[in-house]
Amino acid sequence: MSTQLEPGALPGRKTARKGGENKEVGADRKEKTQGRAAALLVAPTLIVLAIVILYPVLNAIYMSFQQDEGLDPVTGSFVAGGFAGFANYIHWLFQQCDTPAGAASCPPGTLGAQFWSATGVTFFFTAVTVFFETLLGFWMAVIMARTFRGRSVLRAAVLVPWAIPTAVTAKLWFFIFAFDGIANTLFNTEILWTGSQGPAQAAIIIADVWKTTPFMALLILAGLQMIPAEVYEAAKVDGASAWQRFRLITLPLVKPALMVAILFRVLDALRMYDLPAIMTGGANGTTTLSILVVNQIRVGFNSAAALSTITFLIIFIVAFIFVRFLGANAVESASGGAKGKIK
Amino acid sequence: MSTTTSTVKSHTAAAKSVARRRENWSSTRTYISAAVIVIWCLLPFYWMIVTAFRDVGYTFDSTPFFTHVTWDNFATAFSSQLGNHLDRALLNSLFISGVTTIVALLFGVFAAYALARLNFRGKFMVLGVVLGASMFPGVAIVTPLFQLFGNVGWNGTYQALIIPNISFVLPLTVYTLTSFFREMPWELEEAARIDGCTQGQAFRRIIMPLAAPAVFTTAILAFIASWNEYLIASILSNKDTQTVTVAIANFAGSQPHQEPYTAVMAAGTVVTIPLVILVLIFQRKIVAGLTAGAVK
Amino acid sequence: MGIKISRMYVPMAAAATLALALTACGGGTGGGGGGGAASENLDSRGPITYVQGKDNSDVIRPLVDKWNAAHPDEKVTFNEQSDKADQQHDDLVQRFQAKNGDYDVASVDVVWTAEFAAKGWLQPLKDKMAVDTTGFLPATVAAATYKDTLYAAPQTSDGGILYYRKDLVPTPPKTWDEMMGMCPIAKAKGIDCYAGQMAQYEGLTVNVAEAINTAGGTVVDKDGKATVDTADAKAGLNNLVQAYKDGNIPKQAVTYQEEQGRASFQDGKLMFLRNWPYVYNLAKTDGSSKVKDTFGIAPLPGKTGPGASSLGGHSLAVSVDSKHKATAKDFVAFMTSAETQKFYATQGSLAPVTESLYTDAALVEKLPYLPVLLTSIQNAVPRPVTPFYPAVTLAIQQNSFAAISGTKSVDQAMTDMQAAINAAGAK
Repeated sequence: MSTQLEPGALPGRKTARKGGENKEVGADRKEKTQGRAAALLVAPTLIVLAIVILYPVLNAIYMSFQQDEGLDPVTGSFVAGGFAGFANYIHWLFQQCDTPAGAASCPPGTLGAQFWSATGVTFFFTAVTVFFETLLGFWMAVIMARTFRGRSVLRAAVLVPWAIPTAVTAKLWFFIFAFDGIANTLFNTEILWTGSQGPAQAAIIIADVWKTTPFMALLILAGLQMIPAEVYEAAKVDGASAWQRFRLITLPLVKPALMVAILFRVLDALRMYDLPAIMTGGANGTTTLSILVVNQIRVGFNSAAALSTITFLIIFIVAFIFVRFLGANAVESASGGAKGKIK
Repeated sequence: MSTTTSTVKSHTAAAKSVARRRENWSSTRTYISAAVIVIWCLLPFYWMIVTAFRDVGYTFDSTPFFTHVTWDNFATAFSSQLGNHLDRALLNSLFISGVTTIVALLFGVFAAYALARLNFRGKFMVLGVVLGASMFPGVAIVTPLFQLFGNVGWNGTYQALIIPNISFVLPLTVYTLTSFFREMPWELEEAARIDGCTQGQAFRRIIMPLAAPAVFTTAILAFIASWNEYLIASILSNKDTQTVTVAIANFAGSQPHQEPYTAVMAAGTVVTIPLVILVLIFQRKIVAGLTAGAVK
Repeated sequence: MGIKISRMYVPMAAAATLALALTACGGGTGGGGGGGAASENLDSRGPITYVQGKDNSDVIRPLVDKWNAAHPDEKVTFNEQSDKADQQHDDLVQRFQAKNGDYDVASVDVVWTAEFAAKGWLQPLKDKMAVDTTGFLPATVAAATYKDTLYAAPQTSDGGILYYRKDLVPTPPKTWDEMMGMCPIAKAKGIDCYAGQMAQYEGLTVNVAEAINTAGGTVVDKDGKATVDTADAKAGLNNLVQAYKDGNIPKQAVTYQEEQGRASFQDGKLMFLRNWPYVYNLAKTDGSSKVKDTFGIAPLPGKTGPGASSLGGHSLAVSVDSKHKATAKDFVAFMTSAETQKFYATQGSLAPVTESLYTDAALVEKLPYLPVLLTSIQNAVPRPVTPFYPAVTLAIQQNSFAAISGTKSVDQAMTDMQAAINAAGAK
């Protein structure tokens, strides 16, 4: 399975930092004894995930190779479609539809015509929301980490947007962004927030950033709290400026927590459903991949399974890039080097 | 670490006074920033409360302060005559989210410890599978799950809601905890073992208190994530196991087509405020308790 | 960073291979027919479950209690769904697909009957299961019929009516052109002229189908093939497009669902509003309503006379997998009886399906809009009766929204709509 994993690679790095004591000898034996303990410790997690995720995913992959039921024109009843090969995948990826005249490019107004635009919209929402959430979240976390009177008020306030159930949040923002709503009243504008593309996308981005920034802020805050105060004191004494302290201490030390937060936000944002579904119903350039999946489930489940699998693969690729090239990797101690530098 | 402590001692008086002046300015800045954050977070929430207290006949009034104030919307939200049953739903959500958080945290700590501390084959496969679990569109999981649980007669039961919830929060739990555990000073654990603790004792007494902020943050995130879960609950729950999100989504106006905005906002207020208070209380008690233990 | 994360590929690849080997145990949806189940349990009696959307105004619970008191051995359990149509649809599909008989009797929206019937989930209401529909409005029965078989018993009805400001327009317009001709009156008062539901959602399908039917066109033919690429249908959509362009329909109307239009009308900012009967009571009683005594109602304006409303409402269907169909049938008869319909009307403002009730003096006193609504429903056309309704309504919404908001010409929108509706049927 993991023959590529050099034995003792990770402890090797750690011990090297601690003073070059060599533990590589006997690593193989240790790996075996630890392996049994690890299997026991990891088992509960894997079992739960297998029940809830594995079966549905395998089921979906199987269904994605079946054709959707077709209508028998004589009886007016649906009949099973049979094996489809890659037809469902081709339908989405090349936006090809069956028409009475044979296979052709899907006409506007069909779900098949929206795959690439929905992919684009999903990536756009993900990039913009995660960017702002990271920026704002970091700022909030830095402020929350300071000691000052009234800090608990701040912490309570930050929790509020995240604690309101998403379905209520979406309704709240839908209401705020109505034409006669409070947003237009307060700013004395007449913007059709949900009626045209730019404002509709902006409305959803604002709502999402408002709702999810606290998630970022809390994770980053936990990371900040684990940095020993002495490290800052030492840096101050050494004459490091605030910016240097941030760049050389805060950022590297908080990076593991930050990357995990960003990674999970990206995975969530790529599956965004509730906010656009309730605020715009996917109108005006706000149809995300998940909205497309839901609409397709109502029309044909097997084709929806193919779309879900494609979405899964897209997200998988994004996650892979993240873990491989951006160091969003819980196991690899990204801050190892930084700690060394401070010393 | 030892180098760090020795440099701290070389603090001079001059540096201290510069630092104090700088601190004054920086504390003003802190307050300004904090105020901006509080306003940004609470302004929409304020509007939610204004709406929650507004007479249903004035639903679309956009006067930005409290007018036509009434408690009716709260009565509607809890009304059993209208079949809203928010009280029952609150207890259900509390139970489901509580169990989910505890179990997910327990499993998550196990797995994270193994991933961060133990050296074993297949580590990356485990990480991959765990992460892979949050890549499939949730909307596509519901139907197979409904069929699976239907086959064993679980639909409408608490376990049918808790188990999916656990699996939804586990990936985040495992990843967060693993990344924090990697940053722990494990030398301390080794030291404790030299003093005669078992590995388990060393973990509980030394490492857990240090990891408290991380574990606690993870618990909040897991609890709220499962508190807000709607998709699974909307299909797999029944009248008796309905969660708050489902109960609120089922609200209806007094007439067909009428949107029950005001009642939804009232219910939203009711489910949010206790949650925030609860988190704050826990935060004080738990974090204070655990850190106190660590100092000893 | 030298770690080989490519290991993550392994489980994924393994999962994919395993799935291909799993062909035997995938949960198939099981197609059509249902031939066997439709002839089983016809005489069987016992407890059943009834499901419908949220019981807004406490109408169903008392009725179920009444039934249960009279039928201790055939008790009905009432199951409430969400208030949202989409969620009701998805919930029904889940249960019916599982074929476990969770729901014996279900209240289905008029537009779902064809889809559920074609899937083989509904018990045909004929022979032993036949229910009496004499005296019901023809449109309500047509909407519950698929391939000449009745699959559901009409329960409640709904139709669009025109709300107008009688202080500004003493006689309501009879035709669309007449209504557009009155718009300068609104302009002179500084208010908007006309609005319906034009946000991109189900309400837009309702409004566009009304425009098309009123102009003499149709959306689909008897076999479910699209018929929108015609001069009449185009003229219908063009009426809306032109009015929006002229400002007779205000620009914010493309964000309006039922409630936003109602809010604007009640606030005195709109002269004509196309909406459902529910607005009547609220516009009379809402504290914020500025038009309590100054609004009137009329049938929707048409080409020469009353326009063709889209039909709303619900019907009661029996699941083909019900174990106690004799009880189910009796319960359906009870829930659609004239007496029950009166109760729907007085208690929940739900419009009856029996024609004679619209002239019942006691009911009219309680619900003064009934005579106008009758005209509306007598002229109503069911929304496209097709088993592909979810796809058809999306095709209508997206293309007509593009035409109204001006990103597409009416000709192009109708050509695309035609193709998209037919593609739905072919897939």
